[in-house]
Amino acid sequence: MIESAVQPGAFQGVTFVGAILLIAIALYVGYALLERAIAPLIEAVTDA
Amino acid sequence: MEPLGLSVGLLVLFVSFGFMVGVLFGFFGMGGSFLVTPTLLLLGYPASVSIGSGLAFYFGTSVIAVLKHYDVGEVDYKLGAILFVVLSIGIELGSRLVFGLEALGVAGLVTGVAYVLLLGGIGALFLRRAYNLDDEEADDGDADVSDEEIPPVARRIQSHTIPPMISLSSGGRASLWTIGGAGGIVGVISGLIGVGGGFIRMPTIYYVIGTPLTAAVGTSLFAGLFAGAFGTFTYGTSGSVDLTVVGLLLVGSAFGARLGSAATTIVEENDVIVYFGLMMVFASVGIALSELANWLGTGALDLVSVLLLVGSSFVVALLILYKALEAARATDGRRSIPGGSH
Repeated sequence: MIESAVQPGAFQGVTFVGAILLIAIALYVGYALLERAIAPLIEAVTDA
Repeated sequence: MEPLGLSVGLLVLFVSFGFMVGVLFGFFGMGGSFLVTPTLLLLGYPASVSIGSGLAFYFGTSVIAVLKHYDVGEVDYKLGAILFVVLSIGIELGSRLVFGLEALGVAGLVTGVAYVLLLGGIGALFLRRAYNLDDEEADDGDADVSDEEIPPVARRIQSHTIPPMISLSSGGRASLWTIGGAGGIVGVISGLIGVGGGFIRMPTIYYVIGTPLTAAVGTSLFAGLFAGAFGTFTYGTSGSVDLTVVGLLLVGSAFGARLGSAATTIVEENDVIVYFGLMMVFASVGIALSELANWLGTGALDLVSVLLLVGSSFVVALLILYKALEAARATDGRRSIPGGSH
């Protein structure tokens, strides 16, 4: 478990919200880019 | 070796479980956090961490869902804003209740019993729907209410005009007491057992407050996103969110949800709905067994409980993927036959 580096309180709550928001955006962008990158490869395999 | 402070087995379990939950969420539009929280409870996480992490997971999946559906559809922003406030108050009350129960040492028991009833109830509803499907098809939905209409039960509730009355974007009016009461109860349930509550929030907006179905879906997503953020904040203030677990679950879920939502175009929901109902019932039995084992003071049933809860969701998610693959192959086969359908 990653221990929180901040003290319990409102700031820690905001830190968690920000962290989840960043993870979600990074995953959305990452998977979208991955999907775009492998699309030609999948097309080539299915055509073959 | 313990990367991120977890054993390799747990790392694989969380990513793969997130993937399966994502497939179910993408396909059925529900089944996210209400599978995550009880699984964390069964794995031995404290009730507050299981609930806080379940809400944080729900918030993450909501962010991804909103990014994917950039236009979240028709949203009643005024109703959404009021709902956000009352949902947040409810979540705060629910979370205080959890911390109070934790101090008394009964939070795990109360949450477990709530999940047995919740998952068992949803499972029974889905099984009943699956059982009645043939009759509905025969009736051809002649009693259905269109997406733009308000159901009769909501009209009856709206007829009780207790001030202050709030104008809805659909043209109707609802009492602030109805919105506050319904939203507050949904919020308390979310905060108490760590579910996003989409499966009760959307029907509440539609049947109790009385907005057309199209607006109910968008408004539910809008209010749910902010309520999820507030739930994460509330539990985050006391450090009751396991960021590693939530991150791993989201890695799997974001990918699984893409496959699940893609599968909706080639697999009929009615073909697998009975399995979803059974999965909920198995999950409910799994949690009940775990509570029984705790009461008896034995760990003998722990593995059976995890297998019933996690295993049944794996089986249903794999079944959806298998059916999607089968349907895609059948389509390709027809295409390769000269004169086949296109």
